[in-house]
Amino acid sequence: MYNLLVGGAAGQGVDTTVAILERLLKQSGCGVYAMRDLMSRIRGGHNFSRIRFGAGTPKNHSERLDGIIALNEETIAIHLENLQPNGFILCDNAILTEDHRAIKLDMAVIAKELGNPRVAGSVAIGAGLKLFGIPMDLTQVHGVFEKSVKAEYVDINVKAVQAGYDRVPQKFKHAGGDYADHMIISGNKALALGALAAGLQFYSAYPMSPSTSIMEYLALKSDEAGILVEQAEDEIAAVNMAIGASFTGARAMTGTSGGGFSLKVEALGLSGMTEIPLVLVNVQRPGPVTGFPTRTEQGDLRFMISASQGEFPRMVIALRHHEDAFYQTIRAFNLAEKYQIPVILLSDQYLADSTATIPVMDPRKIVLYEPEDEKQDDYARYRYTDSGISPRKFPGTRDGFVTADSDEHDEHGHIVEDSETRIRMMNKRMGKMHQIAQELQEPELLGDQEPEVLLLGWGSMYGPLEEAASLLNQKGGKRYGALVFGDVWPLPQQLLKQTAASAKAIINVEQNYSGQLASLICEVTGIRTDCSILKYDGRQLCGEEIAARISKEGF
Amino acid sequence: MSEHVFNTYETAWCPGCGNFSILDCLKGALEDLKKDPHDVLIAAGIGQAAKIPQYISVNSFCGLHGRAVPPAVAAKMVNQKLTVIIDSGDGDSYGEGGNHFIHNIRRNVDIAHFIHDNQVYGLTKGQASPTSDEGAITDIQVDGSQNIPFNPVLMAISAGAGFVARSFSGNPLHLKEMMKRAIKFKGYALVDILQPCVSFNKVNTFAWYKQRVYELDQTHDAANRLVAMERSMEFGDRIPIGVLYERQQPTYHEKHNVLKNEQVLVGRRNDPALIERYLQELV
Repeated sequence: MYNLLVGGAAGQGVDTTVAILERLLKQSGCGVYAMRDLMSRIRGGHNFSRIRFGAGTPKNHSERLDGIIALNEETIAIHLENLQPNGFILCDNAILTEDHRAIKLDMAVIAKELGNPRVAGSVAIGAGLKLFGIPMDLTQVHGVFEKSVKAEYVDINVKAVQAGYDRVPQKFKHAGGDYADHMIISGNKALALGALAAGLQFYSAYPMSPSTSIMEYLALKSDEAGILVEQAEDEIAAVNMAIGASFTGARAMTGTSGGGFSLKVEALGLSGMTEIPLVLVNVQRPGPVTGFPTRTEQGDLRFMISASQGEFPRMVIALRHHEDAFYQTIRAFNLAEKYQIPVILLSDQYLADSTATIPVMDPRKIVLYEPEDEKQDDYARYRYTDSGISPRKFPGTRDGFVTADSDEHDEHGHIVEDSETRIRMMNKRMGKMHQIAQELQEPELLGDQEPEVLLLGWGSMYGPLEEAASLLNQKGGKRYGALVFGDVWPLPQQLLKQTAASAKAIINVEQNYSGQLASLICEVTGIRTDCSILKYDGRQLCGEEIAARISKEGF
Repeated sequence: MSEHVFNTYETAWCPGCGNFSILDCLKGALEDLKKDPHDVLIAAGIGQAAKIPQYISVNSFCGLHGRAVPPAVAAKMVNQKLTVIIDSGDGDSYGEGGNHFIHNIRRNVDIAHFIHDNQVYGLTKGQASPTSDEGAITDIQVDGSQNIPFNPVLMAISAGAGFVARSFSGNPLHLKEMMKRAIKFKGYALVDILQPCVSFNKVNTFAWYKQRVYELDQTHDAANRLVAMERSMEFGDRIPIGVLYERQQPTYHEKHNVLKNEQVLVGRRNDPALIERYLQELV
């Protein structure tokens, strides 16, 4: 595995450079993982991406660097300490650095000579490929630029890549890999595509980092796919619109980050009370309030489980990695439709903005929940049934009238205040939780399958924990395993209890201050952890860091 | 049940409330327009007026306080065969839901928005509403309301609404006619309905309104926005009722690439071949 960092100021094209570079690395066969560290500004500051690539499929980043592509001097100053002794710094001649590992190129001059100063980044891409021993395949380079820039800029960019490639020596051996036929996809894009595959017809949202790229992708495809993507006047409108669309029979989703979710809380209860299926996405960023707009955290677990007044059935699914984001989004729609409940998808900036190589999914293998539509006389939307699930019909049906009421209501959806109906309706709604419990997916046990030291995590800590367990096991001392939860509410307990019973030590690893998963597990199962590895600076823990901290704690 | 008959049910309103007349006019307007009740959706938020969908045989959505408009417009977006009406109060529509009121005028989805405007909060027992007169004394506004009254019709015209009317619950013939025209209008249509609250508004009574309202006649140029705005500022000794402003403009559906060809989204499923292509784009 190699690790390359591309850094510069906002507006210098770090993201474009990385998007092209990661594709070219993948086309050469490498498995790729690229994470994005952005500042909340349009120009200036310091943005960077870490690209990790090699013969396997990396699932998290590394702090160690084999190369730095520095679009400005600040990038070198900040990241030099992580550069390996045999690493390189690739930068323009104009950048001042005395480090002996620097490889300086006249990128700006070359770009100008080619006829467009803005292709300097492509010169760097070409040089970077050569340094890592990637064979030059002009057809592939052409193909990647065709997907990334306007047609008239393809040729000049390809020339720039070639120019950079020709001007530096090869430094490393090609890492190998057989992933050219894989997709390279961000967490948010995987989620959006999962929604499309699940039959999404209506997405309403108010822009908020780091969730906005879900809406951007869906908007890009909306005309062709025949779906509606509506930018609402505020998050309250966004969620109420999605509920209205779902009530009328369209599959609907709404997405935001924690601040926007706070505004949606009352309507979350509306979905629960009126039994209108709804998929809500919360792409977490550090809070409270505005917090760190472009950074990552797992601070909303407790909030998602308990948001809104009163009691109603809900499900919370944390997304663990890119493939998971696709399939769990489909599952969320199916569960929401089947049980007529709100289902919350909990992602975070680390997963949302990072890209990874994963196998291409087959949408024809996806099974969508489709209820039977039976003719009913005197249709009652909230009919008491054995399962507590009343058949749904939509306005326009001739079988009767379709109703929704946020007040407590009878089978026909009309306001009531009597005790008997209240109890029956509460039992009907809450009873669905027993059935949902049968649908739960146990957490995935990574590393040793009979661990002495059990690590606990959830969501995007999947990749980092997988590597941490592997690194710790390689030391040849104790046996380490990591249970990573996707379904977090209701909490699946079987594998947890079984693994915890035979473990000598339990450590929760979370990207928050208070160890929210550990406290939830303790509340539900009584299982206590012996140590917590926590981080709340908005920067994701990686496998190496987790392994080092666990060793330091003496486990 | 005959196809175009709308049944009404026993209500929980105070005797003498203006809501009774509004419910009758709503039923009459829908029957006159030969609507099939199964194709009508009435949405409301929370309040005394917002109980109205419970009292008439239609599809109904009684959601959150102030949030009647977003689910209603979304319902129309995904199934434009439905006749969608929002029927709610001044607190719900202009206070708690003010942001949705403004921005759904701009969205111009083809819905009718009927607002029972009694200048007071009924459900919470008599506090000032956005349209309360300056100086109106309540249990909360003990020194009289200090706020400048909200002018919904002026607001709607200035925000770009294509149909803005005002009526009075005490003039059912007029009110029913305004409702019919609003339902037929293509685009967002507002009818602000003046209405007495017999329990909590002892100033703006039936007699108070009766003395002041007058019907706009042929001389009013409803196509002229400036004239309409000027008329909409008349609220005092004399209050005009009728269509203040009317101008047809492209609706949300007419402008929307997906919806302009009469697309109904409900029941559609996305094509797996399309998803397959989107996935291949990322290879």
